[in-house]
Amino acid sequence: MIELAFLILFPAIIALLLLLVRSGQIRNAVVKIAAVLIGAGTLILLITYFSSGMVLFSVPFEPTAKLMFIAELLIAGFLLYLGIKHRKYIAVGLVIVQALLLIGIESGLAGDIHPLYTLFIDQFSLIMAAIVGIIGTLICVYALAYMETYHAHHPEIQDRQNIFFFMVFVFLAAMFGLIFSNNLLWVFFFWEITTLASFILIGYSKSAEATSNAFLALEMNLLGGIAFAGAIIYLLIADPSGELLGIEQLLASGQAIALVPAVLISFAGITKAALMPFSSWLVGAMVAPTPVSALLHSSTMVKAGVYIIVRFAPVLSGTPEGLIIGLVGGFTFLLGSAIAISQSNAKKVLAYSTIANLGLIVACAGVGTYKLVWAAILLIIFHAIAKSLLFLCVGTVEHRIGSRNIEDMSGLIVRMPKIAVMMLVGIAGMFLAPFGMLISKWVALEAFIDAQFGLIFVAILAFGGSITVFFWSKWMGKIIAVDPHVHRQEDTMRKEKWMVLYILTGLTVLVCLIFPLISSYLIEPFLLSVYGQTARLSQDNIIIMAMMLFLLLIMPFSMLIPGNGARKVAPYMGGRPASADMKFLGSMGITRDVTLTNYYMNDLFGERRLLMAGTALGFGLVLLSMVILAGMIL
Amino acid sequence: MISPVYGLVYILLAPVAGGIVAGIDRKITARMQGRVGPPLLQPFYDVGKLFEKENLIVTRSQNLYALSYLVFMLVSGALFYAGGDLLLVIFAFTLSHIFLVLGAYASSSPYSFIGAERELIQIIAYEPMIILSAVGMYMVTKSFFVSDIAATTIPIILYLPGIFIGFLMVLTIKLRKSPFDLSTSHHAHQEIVKGVTTEFTGPNLGKIEIAHWYETVFLFGFIFLFFAFSVPIALAAIVIAYLIEILIDNTFTRVKWQFTLRSAWIVAGMLGLVNLAVLYYLSGGIQS
Repeated sequence: MIELAFLILFPAIIALLLLLVRSGQIRNAVVKIAAVLIGAGTLILLITYFSSGMVLFSVPFEPTAKLMFIAELLIAGFLLYLGIKHRKYIAVGLVIVQALLLIGIESGLAGDIHPLYTLFIDQFSLIMAAIVGIIGTLICVYALAYMETYHAHHPEIQDRQNIFFFMVFVFLAAMFGLIFSNNLLWVFFFWEITTLASFILIGYSKSAEATSNAFLALEMNLLGGIAFAGAIIYLLIADPSGELLGIEQLLASGQAIALVPAVLISFAGITKAALMPFSSWLVGAMVAPTPVSALLHSSTMVKAGVYIIVRFAPVLSGTPEGLIIGLVGGFTFLLGSAIAISQSNAKKVLAYSTIANLGLIVACAGVGTYKLVWAAILLIIFHAIAKSLLFLCVGTVEHRIGSRNIEDMSGLIVRMPKIAVMMLVGIAGMFLAPFGMLISKWVALEAFIDAQFGLIFVAILAFGGSITVFFWSKWMGKIIAVDPHVHRQEDTMRKEKWMVLYILTGLTVLVCLIFPLISSYLIEPFLLSVYGQTARLSQDNIIIMAMMLFLLLIMPFSMLIPGNGARKVAPYMGGRPASADMKFLGSMGITRDVTLTNYYMNDLFGERRLLMAGTALGFGLVLLSMVILAGMIL
Repeated sequence: MISPVYGLVYILLAPVAGGIVAGIDRKITARMQGRVGPPLLQPFYDVGKLFEKENLIVTRSQNLYALSYLVFMLVSGALFYAGGDLLLVIFAFTLSHIFLVLGAYASSSPYSFIGAERELIQIIAYEPMIILSAVGMYMVTKSFFVSDIAATTIPIILYLPGIFIGFLMVLTIKLRKSPFDLSTSHHAHQEIVKGVTTEFTGPNLGKIEIAHWYETVFLFGFIFLFFAFSVPIALAAIVIAYLIEILIDNTFTRVKWQFTLRSAWIVAGMLGLVNLAVLYYLSGGIQS
């Protein structure tokens, strides 16, 4: 209990402290100490609870609910003010609707009824807590150095770092709150805080683009919030005693009661996880400073969306609504991966890859058999680590070479060897055997075959999986191309930045080695308690993959074997007179540089066309589920 | 379930078998073109000579990638013949090709760069079909383990005719046969010089050639699985399939990558998925 309270309240207190601190040095110290303490708290939590299964807590402090209600109204007022100030009337309308629903919940129905238990912890919450508490805090530490450079590079942007770090720590506190709350009213409160935090952080630079993208994110997430509020109202009407507002009690009550709120909440999850009709907010969010993207994509925000859908997976399992939600995820995976092929902006490739992978997680959770939930949780873990690493690497490279275009990263292995190797590890972690994401895709593929209507998803995975191979490999190719024009420019960088990158790289590899342990100590007990059965990889396969990983790790040492007199020559240039630095004599006697550009296949995988298809498909499916839902409610 | 002995046999004998197959291929191809052709053992002489040559490189990391390509080709093939999980075999197979692609990228050479892009396009063209083949075999035999699939008495081919035709199509891509020899070719008439292998010479090129022999034998094993219920039929099927590939190689002109990608996906989508859908529908009728 005390660990949970610490992890929710301590980041919030640190946040307030950071809001008041304007000195960079004090901020540095506070953030680092807080990061260590939160990380330590997470580890203590893991050690204390990993074997205890589901534990429920009631919070003795009565006025909490009232305080939350007041905080939510204050947030609504604040958003209303900003919406009117920037003339974003859609956002204003959504805020008003949501505030009215809230007042309705609080005054008309909820009076003083609350489920007995407000907080809980089980193995799934523990996994999420580890992601937030370790990766989230690492990103905070990285952000310290990053934000200094950011402001040095962008003198036109007002330095509001106190607000930045305030919001980041509020974000962490809200994530902890969200994953530890059993009471849906509490979950909703923290849900809205993550919406607010992402809104402020995306709009940090206050440029016109940032502001409009921040409002886009706000609008889409408010839409989800309204659905969430709808689920709470439905539950209060169904059972005025408020007993069903506990997630644990709701899940135990069976599909007949829980399905409608589960679908509404999953809709909220879809908006937060940026699945296809709502994917544009996450792509737009890349205007924010890179640590924000890393946070949004790996350990917070979108993971809150998939967390809640995976929570409700047992309710969705085997229902047409669950299948539809799964299909939204499946098509998002396929189309998101395809769009990533046509992108040359590294952050945009990462964004579409996140959208695709979240789609896959939701596809697993929507169909919701125990094997698929196993795959979904593994995907959440592996994705969080590799994606945060990649974002932080891209952020570092961007500051050094002044571009986030993949074409400009040509020869990175020569220019910034250490960063390049870390990026390669991150990319390999996203799609290659024997790394994490591939393991989860593999398990998902096997699990879908046995699921109802699984063939659709098998096809989606077979095609989508190979599409991901294309865009990651060509990015790797750019990095490792030994370009004779470039020279080493990896100069001094702040120590903590290196440390964060080293830890994340190490984690990417380490988690691939120890995932059988994570599975048997955390995921499998969770599945056993929810489904009564569990999935695992066969022992043979685990051993073979460990051997492959080991082989991959020792392969680079073959470079140390003294070469068999290897002599360097210039690349073949079709017989044209060419110099060693890749200039060749072109037509009309003009000397030209060789430039090599990747294929983007815009006519096949263009963003505009595929996004239109995805939006149409996504909207259609969401509408369909809403119609079925309306039929069920009436 | 996994028997390392067979894997070891594969590692030792596959290059011999693969080299002889390459020799027969060259002989038959020559006869089809009205030439006498080289001796049967010519591929071994060629590779032997490659290893005697000086190792010219553009950048040192090429050595690493060529070696890794060979090593992981060996891993995937050995895992297949040892009876391992078919999906893991396919993923290891992809991994080894990624190393070949990276080796081509590493040299920053225009020809090998285009070869690398095309090789990647080929990978995404054939991979869905290969995965669907594995899924089809699982649906028939209820196991992903090659040892179980090979031991089955069910005539898999009768359940997976569409999958098999689709597999033959991607086999053309995999064996680097015309009309799909986009990224590199066994013939001298490649418009991008030698594509992915342009900047590999001497021992490195030799390693890639040996990896290709391993690959051929691995793919034969895959064909075998479709006919695993009867060894003579399976061997005959392998021979016929390869002869068809040689015939196709000598009668079709190279196509563009757009056509390769679209046609491979359409075949995988139409034949493969429809085949699986029918199986899915009938799945009550299959004995596990």
